[in-house]
Amino acid sequence: MNPARKRTVRLVVALSTAVVLASALIYTSFSAASPALTPSQLVRQAQPGRSYQLTGTVVQGSVHREGAVLHFGVEDRVGGTAIPVDYTGTVPDPFREGREVIVTVAKQGGQFVGERDSLITKCPSKYTTAPPSEKQND
Amino acid sequence: MAGLGSVCLVLALVVCAYGIGASLYGVRTSRVEFSESGRRSVYALAMILTVAFVVLEVAFLRNDFAFNTVADTSSRTTPAFYRAAAVWSSQEGSLLLWAWLLSLWASLALFLTRRRMRDVAAYATAILLGFGGFFVSLMVFYANPFNTTSPAPPEGAGLDPLLRFPTMMIHPPMLYSGYTLCTIPLAFGMGALLARRVDAEWIKSIRRFAFAAWLFLGAGILLGARWSYSELGWGGYWGWDAVENASLMPWLTGTAFLHSLMIQEKRGMLKVWNVSLVLATGTLAIMGTFLVRSGILNSIHAFGGQTLGIPFVILIAVLIAGSIYLVVSRREMLRSEHRLDSLLSRESIFLANNLVLVGLCFVIFWGTYFPLISKALTGQEASVGPPWFDRYTVPLALILVLLSGIGPVIAWRRATLANARRNFVVPVLLALLTLVVLLGAGVQQKPWAIAMFCCGAFVFGSIGQEFFRGARARRAMAGEAAPLALVALVRRNRRRYGGYIVHIGIAVLFIGVAASSSFQHATELGLSPGQSARVGSYSVSYVRPTATITPKYDAAHTGSTLSLGAVLDVTKHGHHVATLNPSEGYYASQEPSQGTVGSLIGGQPVSHVSMDAGVTRDVWTAIEPDIETPALKRIVTIGNRTLPPEDAIVAIGYLARAYLQHPPVAQFHFIDSPLVMWIWLGGLIVFTGGLVAIWPAPSAVRRRVTMRSRARAAHGLARA
Repeated sequence: MNPARKRTVRLVVALSTAVVLASALIYTSFSAASPALTPSQLVRQAQPGRSYQLTGTVVQGSVHREGAVLHFGVEDRVGGTAIPVDYTGTVPDPFREGREVIVTVAKQGGQFVGERDSLITKCPSKYTTAPPSEKQND
Repeated sequence: MAGLGSVCLVLALVVCAYGIGASLYGVRTSRVEFSESGRRSVYALAMILTVAFVVLEVAFLRNDFAFNTVADTSSRTTPAFYRAAAVWSSQEGSLLLWAWLLSLWASLALFLTRRRMRDVAAYATAILLGFGGFFVSLMVFYANPFNTTSPAPPEGAGLDPLLRFPTMMIHPPMLYSGYTLCTIPLAFGMGALLARRVDAEWIKSIRRFAFAAWLFLGAGILLGARWSYSELGWGGYWGWDAVENASLMPWLTGTAFLHSLMIQEKRGMLKVWNVSLVLATGTLAIMGTFLVRSGILNSIHAFGGQTLGIPFVILIAVLIAGSIYLVVSRREMLRSEHRLDSLLSRESIFLANNLVLVGLCFVIFWGTYFPLISKALTGQEASVGPPWFDRYTVPLALILVLLSGIGPVIAWRRATLANARRNFVVPVLLALLTLVVLLGAGVQQKPWAIAMFCCGAFVFGSIGQEFFRGARARRAMAGEAAPLALVALVRRNRRRYGGYIVHIGIAVLFIGVAASSSFQHATELGLSPGQSARVGSYSVSYVRPTATITPKYDAAHTGSTLSLGAVLDVTKHGHHVATLNPSEGYYASQEPSQGTVGSLIGGQPVSHVSMDAGVTRDVWTAIEPDIETPALKRIVTIGNRTLPPEDAIVAIGYLARAYLQHPPVAQFHFIDSPLVMWIWLGGLIVFTGGLVAIWPAPSAVRRRVTMRSRARAAHGLARA
């Protein structure tokens, strides 16, 4: 085989490998991804066994602990539908009632069970300044 | 003072605009005095921003709550050390830090290249001032750190307790130095393409900056991991969080560039690839900065609720479009001077390393931006979790470590069988020996971790052999003692041996990552005093509760009002190992609705992790006390009703005593994790190796000096 042809073959092999790998990556990302849903969407769409990223606010007065399991409710940002979650694992420090959280959950029976250590608290006050309306700039 | 700061910002903007104009005009019309003036405006920008930064820093140290940023992120109760670091905890302050560091590094780069590549440097000056101007205008128009409120509030909100950790003082400056340094190769790369001077010189002049960017970014990432591990209550050091990923991506492409650049230097190959990597690294660094500030992706680290998205998107689009246009339009000049001779050569191993690094970067890019991608393609926002990242990054990391052992010893151009035998027998034997020992010890269930240990052994073998051979040769030649020969060896060729040290550090780091992620034991459970739990081969018993009231300073000097914790006794097979004292700090809030007592402890509670760290394993503990029992709540309620603010601390004293007398069940998190220390040690080794490689070699300095004196002599002769 002459060198030019050899290079072409090499290039084709390398590019095809890259394409195959990239397709695998892209395919698995879609199948492994968990959709981000609000509680009201989750109530409508949840299928047992699939995992979802639940985003919402922790319901006031809903947090209580039973041994290693933390129970809390998550509701839409505007209130309304609340979903009870049974969660085990690390609880981030800023976790509070009324705070916005993201937790990966799966429907098991009638319950939503949080994936271990998946709880993230979005703390609205963290790093941010107060809304400009409260301040007068001079 | 705030007025001075604002004036500085406006002045900085004017200087940027003038400098861009002057350097472009200078290079277009070949009028050197204008490009010179453009370069000096970078120095001027650095001086102006230094004044601005000092103004803000002084405001923080003096508790000048008239400044909005000071009132929002600092307070009188925040210890002075953390007040100094609070400057960059707000969006505004961190933008100023970014712009300031950019101006400093850009000044250094342009100063060092002041006598060379005038045309390339002039374009680079304009581009760097463009970045500077962009960040300064963000401050002027969107997030001005010098906005004030009148009258000044009496007290500020305080620095977020999670950020009260010593690393906070150096992690952001390191990371931002890394990010800003990434833009210097980008500026010179674009400058070289614009000036159509894509010879080896521009690569040579930015090499050190690319290396410094890589070093700072790496150190910043590792310090962040360390913060996460020892400050956040989850006990992990990496969570594939969007912001973490954003800092890792330019580091990966930067690593690729540092390797492929050697091929360009030695063989004149991969020019398109190199310049693309430089442009990609700079763009990824800007994207990383953007990600933290835009709030487009969910991250625990992001600055929330800001509207800097649109300007950043425009900047990034311009960067990408400009890069593609420049590379495509100059492709003829970027022709390779040689072809790859063999697949078994150092060139191809370097190429493979580049492909793996870029592949890793692509995986991380896809996973990080997947919520946006899936929203665009399917209309449904979805995200991938750590298992997805692990599936691809673990094998790629394995290949990477293996290549880091092969690359340094394989021959350039074409490796022969004799060369392979000479270089690979020892490392392969060492890897096999490791495998046999591990299997013999009954470690079978984690194939990926075992593979990583073997690859690590391979790297130690191959690099160790290089050091041994080099030192032996020096001993034979100069008759030096072994340690002296080793030092002399490294001094003679800092870049090469510094690189080898980095490879060893990377292997150590990945062994730590593999061991600690595969062989970790973690337990979470509630315990009362006297009870104990097993974690791995350790037994942890809850001896007694602790409570500290510290109106000013707690034990960790982070300014919490109340700290509840536990004394834990760690034993192994009945032998005492360590006494640990994890606690949770309760901080004051600025919420009057919580009452006089409630607001003293109503802020965010923060875990203070306690661990027994060792070379072979860490025992890591965190506590989450129950402060909401009816008895404790009653104390707060009664205190709120009866106590004025100045006496409210008395109720906290009662609360602490009640907690000690009748301690409720506390939640504990125990982790027994092997070889975590290796990650930090590996990082230190990498950093040391990086410093060795980046340090100016004495011989080069001498050469430059003699050249200059020779030139001066020639000049003198000509005059005479």
